[in-house]
Formats: sequence, structure tokens, C-alpha cells
Amino acid sequence: MARFILRRLLVIVPMLLVVVSLTWGLIRVAPGNFYSGEKKLPAAIEKNIREKYGLDKPWYVQYGRMLSNTARGDFGESLKYPGTTVNSILASTLPVSATLGILAYLLALAVGITAGTIAALKQNSRADYASMAAAMLGISMPNFVLGPTLVLLFALRWYWLPPARWDGFSVHLILPVLTLSAVYMAYIARLTRSGMLEVLRSNYIRTARAKGLTERQVVMRHAVRGGLLPVVSFSGPALAFLISGTVVVERIFALPGLGNYFINANLNRDEPLIIGIVAFMSIAVLFFNLLVDVAYAFFDPRIRY
Amino acid sequence: MATPSSSLAVPPADAPRADAPVTGTSLGKDAVKRLRKNRLAVFGFVVVCIVVAASLVGPWIIERATGYTYDYIPTDPSLVNAQPPFTAPDGSFSWMHPMGTDDAGRDILARVLLGGRISLMVGVISTFVSLIIGITVGATAGYVGGKVDEAIMRGVDVLYSIPYMMVVIVLLAFFGGRSAIGQLVLLFIALGAVSWLTMARIVRGQVMSLKSQEFILAARATGVPASRIILRHLVPNTLGPVIVYATLTIPSVMLLESFLSFLGLGVQAPLASWGSLAADGIQNIAVFPWQLICPGLTMAITLFSLNFLGDGLRDALDPQMRKG
Repeated sequence: MARFILRRLLVIVPMLLVVVSLTWGLIRVAPGNFYSGEKKLPAAIEKNIREKYGLDKPWYVQYGRMLSNTARGDFGESLKYPGTTVNSILASTLPVSATLGILAYLLALAVGITAGTIAALKQNSRADYASMAAAMLGISMPNFVLGPTLVLLFALRWYWLPPARWDGFSVHLILPVLTLSAVYMAYIARLTRSGMLEVLRSNYIRTARAKGLTERQVVMRHAVRGGLLPVVSFSGPALAFLISGTVVVERIFALPGLGNYFINANLNRDEPLIIGIVAFMSIAVLFFNLLVDVAYAFFDPRIRY
Repeated sequence: MATPSSSLAVPPADAPRADAPVTGTSLGKDAVKRLRKNRLAVFGFVVVCIVVAASLVGPWIIERATGYTYDYIPTDPSLVNAQPPFTAPDGSFSWMHPMGTDDAGRDILARVLLGGRISLMVGVISTFVSLIIGITVGATAGYVGGKVDEAIMRGVDVLYSIPYMMVVIVLLAFFGGRSAIGQLVLLFIALGAVSWLTMARIVRGQVMSLKSQEFILAARATGVPASRIILRHLVPNTLGPVIVYATLTIPSVMLLESFLSFLGLGVQAPLASWGSLAADGIQNIAVFPWQLICPGLTMAITLFSLNFLGDGLRDALDPQMRKG
């Protein structure tokens, strides 16, 4: 197990290299520059700017500098917001995105697993059909439709909840978290249901029933552990989805998270900021995938690394 | 699966006819029967057909009936932000704009139908792109096997854990925005290029289980080149699961496209997709909510139907995958 974790940690380095290099390459190949605007700059000014930011150096020098920055975890100053380091932007926006993402995923796990388990235990009942139809609705409803609809009802019509803005850990979070988690609730409910149905038909559940355990013990102690495997393996890719989800939700609810900065950084060609966010997100995703694999071994004792 | 019949000793022409003719049932017929029993899938199929037909001929009909196209801006200012269903300039009931108008006075129904055209087109073509990449990669890995297979599937694993949405955003922000058509082509390629991974896995699994069967051995023995075996003998036999997965890829690609368009990185004005229409509508949500609700609801219903159809197809074509 320890060797497996160590090996996977080592793999993170080359993968990060690939992602960062790919992004850097795209920035270089793309036409336009962070200083190019509506008006064409006089040649002398352009030359000065290029010198100041080291853009006049050969590409391998610039590439090497970017790599060493990434390796040290210090991405330098943003080009569009001079005087602000990328790290300080990360430090101020990350809590927003992370709070949103984690709360949404926890909510999705709680609701999804409960609904999926009930649906599986009462297969083909009304509760089953209703929760699966709701899950399908959740998958098909884009969050930029769901979010504003919730705002329209709960904030603008009934005045129960605030419509937007970031106010730390408060009621302001309810609507964004609900909006973001809807899709995951739906996916997790579906996965739980199919996983549980398969497990409930297996021999070890029959054995558990045969030795006289109560239904509650059968489900909680035996079935859930095997039935949740699909949910565990979904959690890896889910984080990658969650990132794109937060981008949209942050836009809808005007939250100062990473997503908005990332879009603007791209439109502004703000190289250090783009590299910083991409590197950070990639590390987060890779770590999370590792965590999922470890959790997998915990849930399924047949798996050995 | 096209397993050759083993009853070579009795040629079918000479086979004794049974007294009561037994009508055989094919895999396809069985599947259609199962699909038709699934009411939700039938509902999905009907709705998808209606949406496709409406977005194909709808704009033309609207232009004939009311003179509105998706980018026609009326000169009469009283028609700006007209509320459905009361859309005549004096506030009386009229069928002129069943979904109202936007803040430039453009007919929202015409724009939703155009958006449908674009969204569906992006969904179908990007899925096709992902099909081509996925089948090529998956079939090669499965057929060649060994080190090549190992290397390719490792690569796929690596790609799975990249936050691809960020790569797509980078790609579109840097290379997009030149022309409306160029943007569409970029979308097709970018979305296709990030959604082929699961397809490759499915095709690889199918090819691996097929390649040890007799008909492939026979083809190899008669000297058919590998590329031809893959194209003519293996790929056609994997199409069942591939089509099922493709039907489920279409709504997920459409959803991705709408995210991008919502963020202003996808389809560019004057064209519109459901995502960009929703982004426009959200500006006025407090006062003119129908500008968001109409395109949003249309999109949700379409995706809902596509998902039901895809689920139904999967259950019908692949009885083993049915749960319960």
C-alpha cells in the first residue's frame, strides 16, 4: 500500500509537467499578447515591455523559468494586475471555490446515497420511479438554468434567501451550493441504485439474511460497503466536473472564486495566472484521484495494491 | 454479434420445413420491441423528433408567418421585451411571439429554434468526432494488444485525470472569436477531443473479446491485412454498444457546449445556442424572466428526452446491462 501511494505520488510530477507544458505551449502558439489591445503599441514601448517581462529571451529560457517557478510553487506577479502575486490571488479565491465545491459534494453524497439506497431497496415502487425521474431531471437541467430559477423563486419572489454575492460561511451559500450539487446528487443516486441492486442479489447478502440479521443490519453493514463502489470511483472524475461547475455557478452568483479569475486570465492572456491556476487545479485533481484509489481499497477488501 | 452458424452440414435450402412456420426474431426486432415497451424512452424519442423537426423547419415557418428571423430587429420600440403570451404592441393577446421578445425586440422563439439547430449540430458533430477518435484508438489498442495496448490505455488513464474543461477553456479563449463558422469548427474539435476516452475503452473491450473468435482467425488465415480486419470485421461488430454510448454522449456534449456558450467562450453572436441565449436572458432575470426560462426549459426538456432515449436504447440493445 505504501509503495503504491509513493509510486502514484511520483507519477504526479510528470503529469503536472505535461499539463503545464501543454498550457504554456498553447499560450505561446496563440496569436495576441497580454499587452496587445485595441491600439497598436509603438515599437519602442513594445520592445521595453518585452524586455521587462523577459519575452525577448529565447523560448527555452522562458520555458525553463516557468518550470522552475512551478516547481518552487511561486508563480510570480500577474501581468494584468501588476503588483499582485498569483499566489495571493490563489490564496484569496481558493477558499471560495473550495467551500462551494466541498459543501456541494457532501450534500450530493448525503442526498444521493440516501435516495439511491431507498430506490434500490424498494425497486419498482413509486419512491423508486419518483427518485429516478428526479435524478434524470437533475442530470438534464443545466445549472445555469437551475440556478437562476432558484434565485427567481427563493430570492426575488418569496424573499427567503439572498440572491447572490459572497459573504463567507452564511445563508448566501445555500442557493449556490444547491445549484452546484444537483447534478452530483442525480449521478450519485443513479450509481448507488444500480450498485446496490447488484450487491443485493449477491450470495453474501443471501448469507447475511440467512444467518438471521435484520434487514437494517444487512443493508448498513454489508450491502452499503459493496454497493457504494461505483460512487467511490465516480468521485475521481467528479472533481474535474466540479471545477467546470463552479466556474458557471460563480458566474451566476457573482462569487469571487477561482473560476471567474481563470476565465478572465485566459481572455487577458495573463500567463503566470493561467499557469498558476492550471498547475494548482491539476495537483488537486491528481491528489484527489489518489485518495479515491486508496478509498477504493478500503471499501473493497479484494483490491490489493 | 455475427457468429457464423455452425450447422454447415445442413444447407438451409434443403432444410425440412416445419409444419407450423416459426417466425424468427432478430436481435434488432427484439430490441425495438423492448424499446417500444419502455414508455419513457418512446416519450423521449417523440420529443427529440419534434425538437429536431422544429429547429430544422421552424425558422422558415416563422419567417413566412410573421416575417421574423432570428436576427430581425423591429423598428417599433413597443415590441422590445414583449411578454408572452400577451405580445401585441397594445398588450392584447397575440400569437406573434409565443416566447416573447428580447431586449432588442427579436423574437425569442426564432432564436430558440436557431439555438436548437446549433446546439444539436454541435452535439451530433462533436459526438461524431469523438466516435472517430475513440474507435480508432480503442480498436488499435484492442487489436494490437501487448505493449502498444498498455501504452495507449495508460495514456487514456492519464488523460482521464486532467481537468479537461480547463484545457477547453484555454483553447477557446486563445483561438476563438475570429469568425462565427471558425468558432463552430473549433467547438466541434475541442468537444470531440475531450469526450472520446470512455468510447475508446468500450471499443477496446469489445475488440479484445471479438478478436479471438473464429471469423477473425479465418480472415487472418486468408491474409487480410490488419487495417482491413479492424475496419471491415471488428468495428462493425462493436457498433451496438458504441451507438448506445454515442446517444448518451450527445446530451453531455450539448451540456458542455452550453456551459462554454454561457461563459461567452462558445458560439459567437449573431449566432446563438441555448447556452448563449440563457446567458443573455440571465441579465434581465428579475424583470423579464421568460428570456431565460424559454430557452432554458427547451434545453432541459431536450436533454431530458435524449437521456431517456439513450437509457432506453441501452436497456433494449444490451439486456445484460439492465439493472433489475
